[in-house]
Amino acid sequence: MTTERILPVAVMSLAIIILWYAGAVWLNSPQAAEALTRAGADWGTGDLIRQTFAMKRPILPTPDQVAVDLFQSLTGTPVTHIRNLLYHTGVTAGSALTGFALGVLLGVGLAVGIVQVRTLEASLLPWVIASQTIPILAIAPMIVVILGNLGFTGLLPKAIISMYLCFFPITIGMVKGLRSADPLTLDLMRTYSAGSAQTFRLLRLPASLPFLFTSLKVAVAASVVGAIVGELPTGGQAGLGARLLSGSYYGQTVQIWSALVMASLLGVTLVAVVGLAERALVRSGPGGGR
Amino acid sequence: MPAAHTAAHTAAHTATHTVAAPPPAPLVEAEGEPGREPGRTIVDIRHLTLTYQAADHPVYALSDVSLSIAQGDFISLIGPSGCGKTTLMRVIADLEQPSSGDVLVNGMTPEQARLKRAYGYVFQAPALYPWRTVERNVTLPLEIMGTPRAERQTRAREQLERVGLTGFERKFPWQLSGGMQQRVSIARALAFNPDLLLMDEPFGALDEITRDHLNLQLTQLWRRTRKTCVFVTHSIAEAVFLSTRIVVMSPRPGRILDVIDCARDLPPERTLDIRESPEFQRIAHRVREGLMEGHSYDD
Repeated sequence: MTTERILPVAVMSLAIIILWYAGAVWLNSPQAAEALTRAGADWGTGDLIRQTFAMKRPILPTPDQVAVDLFQSLTGTPVTHIRNLLYHTGVTAGSALTGFALGVLLGVGLAVGIVQVRTLEASLLPWVIASQTIPILAIAPMIVVILGNLGFTGLLPKAIISMYLCFFPITIGMVKGLRSADPLTLDLMRTYSAGSAQTFRLLRLPASLPFLFTSLKVAVAASVVGAIVGELPTGGQAGLGARLLSGSYYGQTVQIWSALVMASLLGVTLVAVVGLAERALVRSGPGGGR
Repeated sequence: MPAAHTAAHTAAHTATHTVAAPPPAPLVEAEGEPGREPGRTIVDIRHLTLTYQAADHPVYALSDVSLSIAQGDFISLIGPSGCGKTTLMRVIADLEQPSSGDVLVNGMTPEQARLKRAYGYVFQAPALYPWRTVERNVTLPLEIMGTPRAERQTRAREQLERVGLTGFERKFPWQLSGGMQQRVSIARALAFNPDLLLMDEPFGALDEITRDHLNLQLTQLWRRTRKTCVFVTHSIAEAVFLSTRIVVMSPRPGRILDVIDCARDLPPERTLDIRESPEFQRIAHRVREGLMEGHSYDD
């Protein structure tokens, strides 16, 4: 990264942190004032601000409170321990990635079917789109209940919910990608009297890769959301969703924010990994690998 | 009368003479000899008509077009936009279906010829695959045809050398200039050694200096390989420079106005200087007159 890119990011981050602290003062001050008054002593504006930054259960915890909590929950216990946040992140990542893998299979399979078989486009595509109009929060508990009844608990129900969110962007992107080949290149394949399978393998598939990877980035981020949503109705033993749930039971806002930060870090990491895979696999222009 | 017409038609098939207005170059009969000697008819088009339905009215893309192309010919199709020259070539390549009339390519229907990979097609745009290197773009048709890997590479290198692109095998298309990309696409069309080369305005998007250079390369390539070439162009100079015969076409309906023989007056081996010669100027003038005549129908 060059300085031209670092500077704007740094300025923006600083602005966000300042706004965050200002928000903490604003949101926490009623509670803080109450606490100070209850303590009995006289207090001024300085005391109030200090108090808003040091609440045990603030409405909005400050970045340093979240950082300290993150540090403690990452280093306080071994990684495999139930109290370690990394353990929960690992659980969520496991179901997110399983769901992502299933979503890629389903999404790509549907796209290939829709592009190669004309009747499937008319019969499948409306259902694919309709599937995404159902709120995931409503259908997630149903999936957990039904699969639990069939004897599937733990990772699989969460992975299925992730898959449900994942496959849609992949199908849509891949359908577009498989149709993105230049008409001239399609004519070219015809002049070689290439079969439909050859045209698919040598032209349509490679032409679709840039589209596929754009979709994969959206999908992998959605898979984390799906896994967390899936952890909410499972009762919350492990996973970032479980941490969010228990945090909200006990009013542990700092714990919720720590889990949120880990969830977004997980998402960013997964998107970055997909980006690296894209750079390794897709060569389609000056941005591509040399 | 219809019976007589059919009889005449059948006779024409064996006699092999063009139905277009001026007398064509003398064509040698090649009865029962599948060799590659000059004179054998490679493309035979008779009374070809192609109409398609536009929004509110039928469009006559081609109207009663007849043309015979012999082995080793370099035919240019020239005419204004919409005269059907690209359509005519796409019919030969079985990329369009004619409404009526007969087309024979190597004595087969265009579809049979396409399935036998009888021709190489060079499009207006290079149409290279951006994810493949230059060499792998040239090996693409060979891969489809199941040529073994080692032979694919040898042939690709040969063809790239032929178009002067040795040393660029590992580059990607976007690393090449437009002229070089179009040369790659010519190498790709030559890779599987088809007898017939169909070129649809391959140099249309290039600047004039590059174009002159590529014209010179193309005419040398044609002299060396003796491939039969059909070449669509907008440029009179290009057509006269490259061709043995020039087919002047006119739009609405797309038809042949004139077929001009260049091989009689211009030497087979051509350099850029011949464009200054009086013979060249005379042929160019005749082409221009033909094109203007075509336009006067519309204005």
